[in-house]
Amino acid sequence: MAQNAEHVLDHVELFRGPEYQQMLANKKKMFENARDPAEVERIREWSKTPEYREKNFAREALTINPAKACQPLGAVFASVGFEGTLPFVHGSQGCVAYYRSHLSRHFKEPSSCVSSSMTEDAAVFGGLNNMTDGLANSYNMYKPKMIAVSTTCMAEVIGDDLNAFIKTSKEKGSVPQDFDVPFAHTPAFVGSHITGYDNALKGILEHFWDGKAGTVPKLERTPNEKINFIGGFDGYTVGNTREIKRIFDLMDVQYTILADNSDVFDTPTDGEFRMYDGGTTLEDAANALHAKATISAQQWCTEKTLAFIAGHGQEVLAFNHPVGVSATDELLMALARITGKEIPEALARERGRLVDAIADSSAHIHGKKFAIYGDPDLCYGLTAFLLELGAEPVHVLSTNGNKAWHDKMQALFASSPFGQNCHAYPGRDLWHMRSLLFTEPVDFLIGNTHGKYLERDTGTPLIRIGFPIFDRHHHHRSPLWGYQGGMNVLVKILDKIFDEIDRKTSVTGTDYSFDIIR
Amino acid sequence: MSFVRTESIEEIKARNKDLIQEVLTVYPEKTAKRRAKHLNVHEAGKADCGVKSNLKSIPGVMTIRGCAYAGSKGVVWGPIKDMIHISHGPVGCGQYSWGSRRNYYAGTTGIDTFVTLQFTSDFQEKDIVFGGDKKLVKLIDELQELFPLNNGITIQSECPIGLIGDDIEAVSKAKSKEYGGKTIVPVRCEGFRGVSQSLGHHIANDAVRDWIFDRLTPEKSRFESTPYDVAIIGDYNIGGDAWSSRILLEEMGLRVIAQWSGDGSLAELEATPKAKLNILHCYRSMNYISRHMEEKFGIPWCEYNFFGPSKIAESLRKIASYFDDSIKEGAERVIAKYQPLVDAVVAKYRPRLEGKTVMLFVGGLRPRHVIGAYEDLGMEVIGTGYEFGHNDDYQRTAQHYVKDGTLIYDDVNGYEFERFVEKMQPDLVGSGIKEKYVFQKMGVPFRQMHSWDYSGPYHGYDGFPIFARDMDMAINSPVWGKTKAPWKAVAEPRLMAAE
Repeated sequence: MAQNAEHVLDHVELFRGPEYQQMLANKKKMFENARDPAEVERIREWSKTPEYREKNFAREALTINPAKACQPLGAVFASVGFEGTLPFVHGSQGCVAYYRSHLSRHFKEPSSCVSSSMTEDAAVFGGLNNMTDGLANSYNMYKPKMIAVSTTCMAEVIGDDLNAFIKTSKEKGSVPQDFDVPFAHTPAFVGSHITGYDNALKGILEHFWDGKAGTVPKLERTPNEKINFIGGFDGYTVGNTREIKRIFDLMDVQYTILADNSDVFDTPTDGEFRMYDGGTTLEDAANALHAKATISAQQWCTEKTLAFIAGHGQEVLAFNHPVGVSATDELLMALARITGKEIPEALARERGRLVDAIADSSAHIHGKKFAIYGDPDLCYGLTAFLLELGAEPVHVLSTNGNKAWHDKMQALFASSPFGQNCHAYPGRDLWHMRSLLFTEPVDFLIGNTHGKYLERDTGTPLIRIGFPIFDRHHHHRSPLWGYQGGMNVLVKILDKIFDEIDRKTSVTGTDYSFDIIR
Repeated sequence: MSFVRTESIEEIKARNKDLIQEVLTVYPEKTAKRRAKHLNVHEAGKADCGVKSNLKSIPGVMTIRGCAYAGSKGVVWGPIKDMIHISHGPVGCGQYSWGSRRNYYAGTTGIDTFVTLQFTSDFQEKDIVFGGDKKLVKLIDELQELFPLNNGITIQSECPIGLIGDDIEAVSKAKSKEYGGKTIVPVRCEGFRGVSQSLGHHIANDAVRDWIFDRLTPEKSRFESTPYDVAIIGDYNIGGDAWSSRILLEEMGLRVIAQWSGDGSLAELEATPKAKLNILHCYRSMNYISRHMEEKFGIPWCEYNFFGPSKIAESLRKIASYFDDSIKEGAERVIAKYQPLVDAVVAKYRPRLEGKTVMLFVGGLRPRHVIGAYEDLGMEVIGTGYEFGHNDDYQRTAQHYVKDGTLIYDDVNGYEFERFVEKMQPDLVGSGIKEKYVFQKMGVPFRQMHSWDYSGPYHGYDGFPIFARDMDMAINSPVWGKTKAPWKAVAEPRLMAAE
């Protein structure tokens, strides 16, 4: 018996002990009808080969370990960025349990969202009653200022009409006639979570700007000096949004963050549960129409939203996760151009510190090979930064990236001598990435928590940047954007590089390369 | 920090009844009427807890429940390690359930075992319009080519499959024939079916019956039986629970021929009809198949509870009662062997936990089964309820577990749970990830009682010290002394829910 009251062994140690190892070996031998270990090894080796890679890339129907989620998750993420807003997902309830769990596991925060709990009868007769009752219940219980509706694949397959349902529900008294219920159709079988973010945000702006589903006159645009900023679906929204606000304040720019969910995913523990915290006020959401320009941090996360905004007469501008020196330079210069404000010396000094840090450390990064996966904009932003660090990105993979993303990535590679042997893989998954890592190895992998299986399989050290990060804590509190964010990313990469050197050289009996000074 | 309870039992009951009335006032009339049936104060001696259960959740409330897909893929089928489980439909359901239940297993992932991979048909709009059967056919061919050591395949249907009328049964049959009788199991667990994950468990059990048991052939039963063969049913090996249970059964002289479904394999499923006794941990998710095996194969089944030493000893003796004296002696030997460990754990942790109160809201068997473990540590469960329990769960709870005056809440929603905790001021809440941070913000110690908060195992004698340590570190963590800034006066109530 290994277990001990004074030194409690949990699963990390308990099952590595001889009693359990013996038990598991017996189970395998006698009851599992397990494969011959030599055969397992043979197939494992085969799975690392170019031949396997070819078969793997020939797949047409099967997706394995995709690096994307479905639309409604993005819609929920965008919706909670507005003051007092309750996301309401029309469809089956299990989906909402999943979105809430997923967001909570990443941010280590509560995630509030309701569904209309549609079941078999709604599948047959439609979900109107569920919508009507659901809106009434959530309005009474959770006292929101706004309910933002999106859909699951179930409601989309049966063809429920949100506009008509919300109108009818209001007529039946579910919520007051003038209560704001913006909506977006977000079928899970189209696009991914970034599409859902785009659709929901557009739906909310459309609601306020274009006459609240035909119930009031459309707003007239009277341009002012403000700038709208949209972060997009971003696992670092807490750190990034705050960094952007700090930069805007330093620049003395007047701004509105659209879908500001930086507070609701970072509430204090002080004895009170804040179901709604922070968020773009509904007044600001409406007045965002009058802004001089809208800047999006993520092009592929806001395509429809930006087109909608441009259609209302504003200048729109999209970045691709502005990570690093040049991307931040471009952001600041764009801000300066649009607003006529000077870039303050404080930011110039921050820039200089990041350049200084890169100069100090580039010897360790130069020429190192990287594989990256994640959302299309994140992949672009990180790749651009790696290129300016003198690193060599080799495989860049985005399950929800498209042809346009591929072409823009390839143009980025072509722009740098460090990007010459690099390929972008749109629409591929992490099992494709496994083949890439075996057949064309790299030094480091950058991606979300799911990459830890690739790290174990292929031995490629994983630098965790992306969404979701479930198995490390609090990364989302630090920014990736701006010069400060670039510093964080740089340190993250360097720490992994140094850890790897230490790991490889931590050999008792030798004392070379295990250096104190680097 | 502990809440001082000076009330008599009658006062507690009156308070709890008032509390129920109070939360009902927020609802529209129709909703209040429906919710009232799910909330009650337990009366000692009653046959059940006096609440309605397994009914539709109310639209627009923050129900904690999941769906049939979660019940089938996430719970019952997903942990079968040498089969590939396809999340058939759009990308999301498989993505969100990917690796999230910590069903530990031994094997070479991606080669001969597959639990922590996400296989999906990733439906696009054209699949909805034209149907997904052709894609499924091709997908199975691709699986066979890339994963030649898979021992079987299941098709876990997501919502659209049932709605667009795909014939996954026909695909399964045709592909099975093509691959020489390979086990390919279609599971109609679309998320809109039923009122919670519970129906998904039932559907998954039925799929085992129809697609595994009904297709057993003599050559699949290579197995040499012994009189001491048992199968563990309804343990998902969360944090290794089934392993810390299995070791006790083996130590008392039994032979565990199958584990369902945590660290389980297709061969074990197929061997189970040869067991002499099925021992059932999670009654809610696997009573169906246990009853079926009793009717069809004449295998008796008995429920057991491996949380905390009192229930473990009781269960070991109950299991042994189905066998001869050698096993009965084996059970006594095991209980005696671990008694010093139990004594040491209780001596260490009980003084830190004595008198602390707990409120639970979980799925499966846990709203009742963990109560004994808390009591072994001197703690008291003052409120409990099931995410997706049925009336027979509430009967078992009333007759064997809860005390007079316990607050019972079936399918509790966020609003009600927050109010109840605010008013009852427990020292610990045990529930899931969606509830965890809500209560921690309120300053209430919390443990995830679905996943053991990334800890475990909690089952068996090796699990009890971990359980005790975890409850101690949750309740007695220094962080709870810091929730109020020292310059802000501490005002009652201690805990506050959102307005």
